[in-house]
Amino acid sequence: MLAYIIRRILILIPTLLGVSIIVFLMLHLTPGDPAELLLGERATEEALEELRVHLGLKEPLHVQYGMFLKRLMKGDLGETIWTRQKVWIEVKQRFPATIELAVVALCISCFFGMIFGIISATKQYSIFDYVSMVGALAGVSMPIFWLGLVFMIIFSLNLGWLPLSGRLSTGVDLEVITNFYILDAILTRNWPAFRDAVWHIIMPAVTLSTIPMAIVARMTRSAMLEVLRQDYIKTAKAKGLSRFKVIFKHALRNALIPVVTTIGLQFGVALGGAILTETIFAWPGVGKWMYDAVMQRDYMVIQGGTLFIAALFVVINLCVDVLYAIINPRISVQ
Amino acid sequence: MKRFFMKFFAIVFALTALFLFSSGCEQKVAEKKESAPAETEKPQVAEEKVLVFGRGGDSVGLDPAYETDGNSFMVCDNIYEALVFYKDESTALEPGLAESWDISPDGKTYTFNLRKGVQFHDGTPFNANAVVFSIGRMMKDRQVKFYGKDWDIPAQERPPEYWVSMEMDKTVGAIEAVDDYTVVFKLKRVEAPFLANMGMDFADIISPTAFLKNPKEFLRNPVGTGPFKFVSWVKDDRIILEKFNDYWDKSSGPYLDKVVFRSIPENSVRFLELKTGNIHICQFPDPADIALAKEDPNLILPTQPGMNIGYLSFNHTKEPWKSNVNLRKAIAHAIDRKAIVDNIYQGMGQVAKNPIPPTMWGYNTAIPGFKYDPELAKEYLEKAGYQGGKGLGEITLWSMPVPRPYNPKGVKIGEAMSADLAKVGITAKVVTFEWGTYLKRQREQPPEMDLFQLGWTGDNGDPDNFLAVLFDGLASSSIRTQWHNQKYHDLMVKGRQTIDQAKRAEIYKEAQQLIFDECAVISVAHSTVIWPAQKNVANFKLHPTGSVRLKNVALN
Repeated sequence: MLAYIIRRILILIPTLLGVSIIVFLMLHLTPGDPAELLLGERATEEALEELRVHLGLKEPLHVQYGMFLKRLMKGDLGETIWTRQKVWIEVKQRFPATIELAVVALCISCFFGMIFGIISATKQYSIFDYVSMVGALAGVSMPIFWLGLVFMIIFSLNLGWLPLSGRLSTGVDLEVITNFYILDAILTRNWPAFRDAVWHIIMPAVTLSTIPMAIVARMTRSAMLEVLRQDYIKTAKAKGLSRFKVIFKHALRNALIPVVTTIGLQFGVALGGAILTETIFAWPGVGKWMYDAVMQRDYMVIQGGTLFIAALFVVINLCVDVLYAIINPRISVQ
Repeated sequence: MKRFFMKFFAIVFALTALFLFSSGCEQKVAEKKESAPAETEKPQVAEEKVLVFGRGGDSVGLDPAYETDGNSFMVCDNIYEALVFYKDESTALEPGLAESWDISPDGKTYTFNLRKGVQFHDGTPFNANAVVFSIGRMMKDRQVKFYGKDWDIPAQERPPEYWVSMEMDKTVGAIEAVDDYTVVFKLKRVEAPFLANMGMDFADIISPTAFLKNPKEFLRNPVGTGPFKFVSWVKDDRIILEKFNDYWDKSSGPYLDKVVFRSIPENSVRFLELKTGNIHICQFPDPADIALAKEDPNLILPTQPGMNIGYLSFNHTKEPWKSNVNLRKAIAHAIDRKAIVDNIYQGMGQVAKNPIPPTMWGYNTAIPGFKYDPELAKEYLEKAGYQGGKGLGEITLWSMPVPRPYNPKGVKIGEAMSADLAKVGITAKVVTFEWGTYLKRQREQPPEMDLFQLGWTGDNGDPDNFLAVLFDGLASSSIRTQWHNQKYHDLMVKGRQTIDQAKRAEIYKEAQQLIFDECAVISVAHSTVIWPAQKNVANFKLHPTGSVRLKNVALN
């Protein structure tokens, strides 16, 4: 198992190299010029030339890529074009916000998605089944942007239960250690900040969780239905096992394989889908950061950010594969 | 294996339970309070006056010499100060960090007498050396002289964009500190807008001591002399400033203890935050929300005609646009600019007669502006030799892909113009590109471009900053409208070399007349800026340059 994990981690290197080449080429071959965007309407030819030279944009593409790789070897992702900051520092500031949001959203979607899926499967064609599956269909098709605004109007503007946007209220102080605010609040035993951070994450996390929740629910339902028809379930029932044991011990475990795959994939989707959620809820995460970078052609941010996301994706995939083996001993990691 | 499986579920359940539990706790607390629901969100603590400013994006950096965007400058406006200030709601100059100044008779030497007793936020004194350091660091060829001690200015991290774009190296020859409170600028050429330039953000004075501590990080640790000092910055979220207790001018503020600049990208959400009372001022709301703000008794609507122009111009480098003035006039009379302002600017603007805003000195009120008159347009078209548009073929109308302060929806405006042109027989195809490409290709004046939309937001309130920078094609190939008119060029040079403002005003009036007679450009609209605010925000005035000055602002 350990050898397998090491091998998989080593595969990261060619994967990331491939990703970096593709991203680099796509960036530089699409139209747009960071110097033009930085200077806007007031750009003079002279100012543009000076800036392009300074940013190294006058070098041929392979030289630019070589410089990028050379820096990368030293563990340096370079410096952003707009904010003149080390890309790594910007990553450290923003990724925790996104991961915090994605993890909470995924917990919500796993918990409710699986529960709905299991109940629907065990009570197939019941009113609950119909309602939850129609709900799941609605969840998948709901535009996040619209849903976020509706939540805001209901829960903040009308009911006043939840804060509208941001990660913390203006008056709340929090000593930042990891940049995961909920975790930081626990570490510093700052309970008002903990409450405030949790309060702030509910609406964006629920908004972000709708699509994964719906997918997990549908996946759990169909996987469970298939397993529940198997002979060994009948045997288990005939043995006189309790309904709970049959469902959770015998059926669910075998139905989990496709569900875990889906959850793993959904984590990646949640990271990417966070762009919209982050924009509406003014959540200072990586999605909004990357979107702005694309609009401003901040090559350094896009390259660094994409590499980081790609690495994360590979690691999540690895975790999912390892989980398969744990869930189902018949699958061995080879 | 079984244990692992159990663990996995245990973790998922534990996290969810923790999450639900904490939410439940919060709800109980909220119930107990029985007061305004989102109370924790209220920015205003009883004893501390905290103003929360909601804006669309984060600052890029806070070193005024190197920034180019409004979101950076609006924070700099409160941390730093320049030698001269713009007056409230105008760009007339008043003494700033310089108490007074003398201009030599030949217009090439400016002597600034500095204010005494001014301190930087780090406790170091403001003096002539700080001025030489702050401005001198932007010079390519650093002809600077300090007084008493010598400062070593580090190499530039990157070109100081405003300094380069405004060709200041061609203007400023040398800067010298004569004594602790006197600085002399020696210019290479007579440059009338120079004084106004010294009021712009890029000319703000920074603390040399703070800068030298870590030049690379100064943009994230700004130190100036302004009414508020920098406290903290959470990227893409908030920048917090607090009152500078040793601020030199105690006559009117600062009244706020803290200022929080919050980034809320979505316009409608930002407006909702204002409505729920979580922010005090909402920058750039959607035009549709302005109507809602008007009805809300808790909100006020600070308004300011923007110092800007959105225009439609011609590709003057090619025929027929280059020499056919009748054709240009036909286009000008065919476009219904009022309908564009009413429907696309949604009333947040006014139809332009001249390419400079009416609030600016030197504005020529005698010019009637082009009337929307399709019949007259047809007559001009006939005079131009293109009766009913015949022979002109399909022309292109380049339209901006992004909203700008002077133009909310470039493509929509392009489509409206195209429809207007069709009514007089001209077929115009709306063309657009990604913004960077648009800017780049527009400057190249390619033959496939016939008409193009663009605009400008003024920097310093000087007519030269519009009329020369935008339309004097003979001055440089970088000028966006490559209109080559010797008489106009001579006027622009003369305007720059005349120091007396009354005489300059006459020169610029003549220039506007020339633009109108020759129809070098069609001035479409000046947009109006409306930023709704809470009723308890007092003394908040919008500035034509777009700067946000909170020194006099109070919370009642």
